[in-house]
Amino acid sequence: MSAEKFSNPVVRWIDHRLPVFSMLEHEKYDYPVPKNLNYMWNFGVLAGLALVIMIVTGIVLAMSYTAHVDHAFGSVERIMRDVNHGWLIRYIHMNTASFFFIVVYIHMFRGLYYGSYKAPRELLWILGVVIFLLMMATAFMGYVLPWGQMSFWGATVITNLFSAVPLVGDSIVTLLWGGFSVDNPTLNRFFSLHYLLPFVISGVIVLHIVALHRFGSNNPIGIDAKGPQDTISFHPYYTIKDMVGVAMFLLLLAIAVFFFPNAMGHPDNYIPANAMQTPAHIVPEWYFLPFYAILRAVPDKLGGVLLMFGAIAVLFILPWLDRSPVRSARFRPVFRIFFWLLLIDTILLGYLGGQPAEGIYVLLSRLATAWYFAHFLVFLPLLGIFENTKPLPKSISEPVLATTRGTA
Amino acid sequence: MRKAIIAAFVALFAGPAMAAGGGGTLVSPAAGWSFDGPFGHYDKGAMQRGFQVYLEVCAGCHSMEYIAFRNLADLGYNEAEIKAIAAEYEVQDGPDEEGEMFMRPARASDRIPSPYRNDNEARANNGGALPPDLSLMAKARPNGADYIYSLMLGYTDAPEGVEVADGMHYNTAYPGGLIAMPQPIWGDDVEYSDGSPTSAEAISADLTHFLMWTAEPKLEVRKRIGVAAVFFLSIFLVMSYFAKRRIWAQLEN
Repeated sequence: MSAEKFSNPVVRWIDHRLPVFSMLEHEKYDYPVPKNLNYMWNFGVLAGLALVIMIVTGIVLAMSYTAHVDHAFGSVERIMRDVNHGWLIRYIHMNTASFFFIVVYIHMFRGLYYGSYKAPRELLWILGVVIFLLMMATAFMGYVLPWGQMSFWGATVITNLFSAVPLVGDSIVTLLWGGFSVDNPTLNRFFSLHYLLPFVISGVIVLHIVALHRFGSNNPIGIDAKGPQDTISFHPYYTIKDMVGVAMFLLLLAIAVFFFPNAMGHPDNYIPANAMQTPAHIVPEWYFLPFYAILRAVPDKLGGVLLMFGAIAVLFILPWLDRSPVRSARFRPVFRIFFWLLLIDTILLGYLGGQPAEGIYVLLSRLATAWYFAHFLVFLPLLGIFENTKPLPKSISEPVLATTRGTA
Repeated sequence: MRKAIIAAFVALFAGPAMAAGGGGTLVSPAAGWSFDGPFGHYDKGAMQRGFQVYLEVCAGCHSMEYIAFRNLADLGYNEAEIKAIAAEYEVQDGPDEEGEMFMRPARASDRIPSPYRNDNEARANNGGALPPDLSLMAKARPNGADYIYSLMLGYTDAPEGVEVADGMHYNTAYPGGLIAMPQPIWGDDVEYSDGSPTSAEAISADLTHFLMWTAEPKLEVRKRIGVAAVFFLSIFLVMSYFAKRRIWAQLEN
């Protein structure tokens, strides 16, 4: 790439020695993007934005937060009351955490619907699942930091899960706690890791984007771009389209932050942690509820833990479970039904995870868990063999021209 | 697909809020709360009356850990009034030059002193039950404002078949019904200098108003910025959308 394309002499001088401007130019104009991406393709950018908001607000919060069991709760209240606009920074951090998961869940289900995990994008998908796991760890540890009742008891329940691991379970739990119960060393190491992991996530995101740019975005039709007539440049077409998504995201986030800041939290976390008093119902943050339901669906502790991690493990091998050569659900009529059933099943699991583990809820949790695993381990492999898919269009341009329904 | 996603989003967002109910039966005052809604604000008169109720009825047992006297400026008190309120309390300070701790009148920068030295003394004076700190109560219970209001008014005789142990009381708003705190508000418990009504309902509403402020002192500025932010972002959204339409229109030509 020649540096002569830049008119600014300073830019030209720098680019000759450090070609960052050429790289940006390359991503902006030369990176071909399928021309038919719909608004579902906004969510990767939105997830990146959410991470940036989390890191910026988090660093500011850390300036006023005290990671000590005697002072953590009080320091958060000090942020809420005495730090200039501290309430705003904290409410943005709290609510963006939830929005981050909303955005990532939509991003994942979009990938499921349009078959974005299929060859040659298997590693892209797997890196995404790694990011998701890191997010869950980060969010869990962040929820512990205010040292409220749910912080403490959530930490107790979740860390105790690891004691189910045969032989080394108790040692793992002692290591996580830094002692023999959830206490000050636990809070300190969680704060340390909560600060570290977002930067690890950023690193994996770089790999995620490198993998993405190897073959470019998938698209709603799920067939590869055949040439320049099928693609457009990222800028200005997708920068402006992403801007619409960013505006919508910020608007909804503002409504949550300013008018319902505690709706996605739990009132018990405004009670200081008390090791002597167990809350009536210990529930994790809403975004963990489907996995919590799977955990509790199994009467055996080790079995529950295995199944809970298994629920994410199946996502790692998903590209090899679904062998159908057709990517997009638009041309897979039966798969499409199963996709919506899986979405309903996941939401049902989320609802059940928030209910007490008794009566009809236990049975429903078991059925919903069975359906979740059957979807990935039975239905998807069978569909790959037996499903009659619809004929695929010849190219991306063809259906776009053939129908009057524009992509705008 | 888009509609379904939006529906799922709404369900996720509203779900926890709706699930947060449960426990006892809650009521709200007929007039509602002035701090509800996007343009919600506090009523300074109600907060001052509620503060008086807190001092005369609640403060004997319940602490107010996160409120300093200086914060009372939010209620409309001026500096001299705050100094006078603080001066009625003695707080421990020190050590002085001889290394001794000493007592002095509270200043505006001090937090409201707790009625007890520690939790053990609090329990010993309350039949083993610990009166919780009230600063965050309105956020630490589902539907906190309605909960406090309902709890004040929820004392009744226990229904048939419910055993009320010695030192316990029955309250329809309390989860499980059995509460250690005896009925605090009966009506005419306090005398207001502004002549406001002193029915049990009115006093409970004033107290709730005050406790909502102690839990969420920045509510007014939050909602004020929120209205501006939503207004600005709505315009930003509409403009982005039309800019997008315009740029993509070039593509189709």
